Amino acid sequence: MFDVAVIGGGVIGGLILRRLSSYNLNVCLLEKANDICMGQSKANSGIVHAGFDAKEGTLKAKFNLLGNEMMEQTCRELGVKYVNNGSLVVAFSTEDCNTLYDLKKRGELNGVKGLEIIGKEKLQTLEPNISNEAVGALYAPTGGIVCPYELTVSAIGNAMDNGASLYTNFEVSKIDKEEIFTIYSANCQSVRTKAIINCAGYGSQKVANLVGDYSFKIGARRGEYILLDRESGDFVRHTLFFTPTKKGKGILVSPTVDGNIILGPTAEEIDGNRTETTADGLQSVVEKANEMCKNVPVYNSITSFSGVRAYCDKHDFIIEESSVCKGFFNCAGIESPGLTSAPAIAEYVVDELIGSFMLIVKKQNFNPIRKPDYFFSRLSIEEKNEIIRQNPSYGRIVCRCEQITEGEIIRALTENPKAEDIDGVKRRTRAGMGRCQGGFCQPFVAELISKVRGIPLEKVTKKGEGSELLVGKTK
Amino acid sequence: MIKCDIVVIGGGPAGLSAAVSAYDNGVKDVIILEREESLGGILNQCIHNGFGLTRFKESMTGPEYASRFIDEVEKRDIKVKLKTTVLSLDGKVVTAINDTDGVFTVEAKAVILAMGCRERSKGALNIAGSRPSGIYSAGTAQKYLNVKGYLVGKEVVILGSGDIGLIMARRMTLEGAKVHAVCEIMPHSSGLKRNIVQCLDDFGIPLYLNHTVTRIDGEKRVEGVEISQVDQNKKPIKGTEKYFKCDTVLFSVGLIPENELSKRAGVKLSPQTKGAIVYQNRETSNEGVFACGNVLQVHDLVDFVSEEAELAGKSASLYILNGKTEKDCINCNAGDKVSYTLPQIIDKNASGNVTVYYRVKGVYKNVTVTVKEGDNLILAVKKRVVVPGEMERIVLTEQKIKSLNGDVTVSVEEGV
Repeated sequence: MFDVAVIGGGVIGGLILRRLSSYNLNVCLLEKANDICMGQSKANSGIVHAGFDAKEGTLKAKFNLLGNEMMEQTCRELGVKYVNNGSLVVAFSTEDCNTLYDLKKRGELNGVKGLEIIGKEKLQTLEPNISNEAVGALYAPTGGIVCPYELTVSAIGNAMDNGASLYTNFEVSKIDKEEIFTIYSANCQSVRTKAIINCAGYGSQKVANLVGDYSFKIGARRGEYILLDRESGDFVRHTLFFTPTKKGKGILVSPTVDGNIILGPTAEEIDGNRTETTADGLQSVVEKANEMCKNVPVYNSITSFSGVRAYCDKHDFIIEESSVCKGFFNCAGIESPGLTSAPAIAEYVVDELIGSFMLIVKKQNFNPIRKPDYFFSRLSIEEKNEIIRQNPSYGRIVCRCEQITEGEIIRALTENPKAEDIDGVKRRTRAGMGRCQGGFCQPFVAELISKVRGIPLEKVTKKGEGSELLVGKTK
Repeated sequence: MIKCDIVVIGGGPAGLSAAVSAYDNGVKDVIILEREESLGGILNQCIHNGFGLTRFKESMTGPEYASRFIDEVEKRDIKVKLKTTVLSLDGKVVTAINDTDGVFTVEAKAVILAMGCRERSKGALNIAGSRPSGIYSAGTAQKYLNVKGYLVGKEVVILGSGDIGLIMARRMTLEGAKVHAVCEIMPHSSGLKRNIVQCLDDFGIPLYLNHTVTRIDGEKRVEGVEISQVDQNKKPIKGTEKYFKCDTVLFSVGLIPENELSKRAGVKLSPQTKGAIVYQNRETSNEGVFACGNVLQVHDLVDFVSEEAELAGKSASLYILNGKTEKDCINCNAGDKVSYTLPQIIDKNASGNVTVYYRVKGVYKNVTVTVKEGDNLILAVKKRVVVPGEMERIVLTEQKIKSLNGDVTVSVEEGV
């Protein structure tokens, strides 16, 4: 029996699980997909927001600021790249400029440090490719970037290394409550637990409904993105936002921690969890990016994708024990700035909410440190050679575009949380994320999956059952 | 650190020919670095025939063609390091990695770039729809099929009429798959005519010119694609959509010379070829660094790759034996209806005739290809038809080159 079961393997569930694993608790994570990080945590902008967006006094404002302050250390412990590149909210009109002053004031009320309004000249110095139409910007030096799936994978891996259990393919279909909870999956597994933390993202309303909690509604908003080749990686240095208007926030243009440029997202309310891209959506990303900057090198795009963000009718985070079910805690409606807030939400939920529900004691032997999943290309020659001497598989480059070695791929397949398929390896190691998009390395990665997992090549999938790569042997 | 005279990056057809040629022209200390576990490069997965027709007057498969050159390498005292990936090039120092030597450097007197090319991926096209399994570049499907022995799908639509796409249409048909359509966004195929006839027409596979894939459906596996006709600006025309149920989409939408190493080494590249800008001896803007094969310009036939690589190998050898020579350069530019010329720079001090390769932008019939210095006509050649899918060449004699004072332009003029 578990003390706490976390439902949902995204960044919120992942960091909560990690925090839980630092206490003497028996904890598990239940994920409906065949791998963790399969929802909105794998397809968002990866921005560590400074904290001037949310209205003062809201949970969003509170956790954004705290999360921003915690992010660097969290990433350092987890071996995750974090870059404090600073952000710029760019104004294109007098009206926009007035909004910048409002944002600055709000940011200062929220406790954001170092906010500064800059003029056209300085903006052009900071960002030479900014549109000539831009008249000024709000500069936030505490803005940053992080890779959302790298953070999620590492947090869950670190939690598992500290004793947490992971159940994948566990789609919660029924929850019974007596003294303790019994959670059933659609495929007839079950776990028993004293407390439940609902971090199911888009599915969090459905999960809450299972314990009779109908207090909130979750909708889906699709965001489409285009990712540019590292060759264009210095196109912008800061994260560039449009000044929010009544029509919404617009898209962003930002570097990523892995050296690409990300453009997007669109914001389209849709029915259900659908992540197709659309011709209109991608077109509008291109148009808006070209309003922000001059000559955006869209010809250098290496992929486009979309993610579904769950939003909530309360327009603020819901982070509390359910009013109708004791021991059932909701972390729902975690819209932007959810990624930034995640470390702070995790600390609050575990230390405060779970801490007041049951006795929690710090583990003596908790190890917060995790080795990065992919790291080889960043080492010095001496360090590389030392590793190759110990393990020659690090001397074999599998993904030429991102220079990912066989050693890193084998590690992703054998260490917590184990990758099972091509996309799982890709999210953990970046093999296949470069300019050839796996054209060269996919057959090699597939063979490694087959070898390490001991399954025939025909059974290797892109993303779980039904997505097999091959249909059979040749004649 | 290893010291050598010539280091060849890549052991495909270009690297093999270049190494042999360098050796035969007098430089014996040559090393080939190859990332795969055997020499031959992409030829190893090209098991169809038609290789060598021009050079050897016989039709060979890719592996057969490669083995002729591998044999030549093995007959000579040319060193080969397999399973070795080059990480960087700095001047003439190559840093590479493998599982026995670790990370090591090779300091050479001359470098030959022969890294080949890669396929343009689906990601570069920003096609709408989902991202299921069953989407492959044609070359990846070819590798699975011909090297690993597995079929990637049974109901296929192919976007792009590049040669690999055409070859794969036939290959998958022979394996029992149904190829529903090949779509080409341009009004003409980018593949060789013989491949259109032998791979599509002979098997009744329809080629939709002026068409592109506008959506891919399927959650886990591809379930279907929508294709649409495009207008002159390559924009899809509403109302022209056709739908094919299928489980696989192959992309054969262009090859890009793989010049990431060259770029970081400061080699000047041509925006048109995406390969290095070279003199007629295939030397790049970096002295002592030569380029040949598909890393320099994407060839139609491997026979021409071998030919170009022999030139680069010989040039590298002469560079080492004779040292740096004084150059007197003119540019060789692409004019009307011509997308690129190679070499882009002609050194007037070098001896010998210069073969200028070029590609045209569209299909043109009954044309005159001209080489002009300003308005002054240097050379004119009549052609019945020129197409983008087939590389053309025109020879400037040494005598003509010596008489030039300024840049020359290669153009295609309609009418004869």
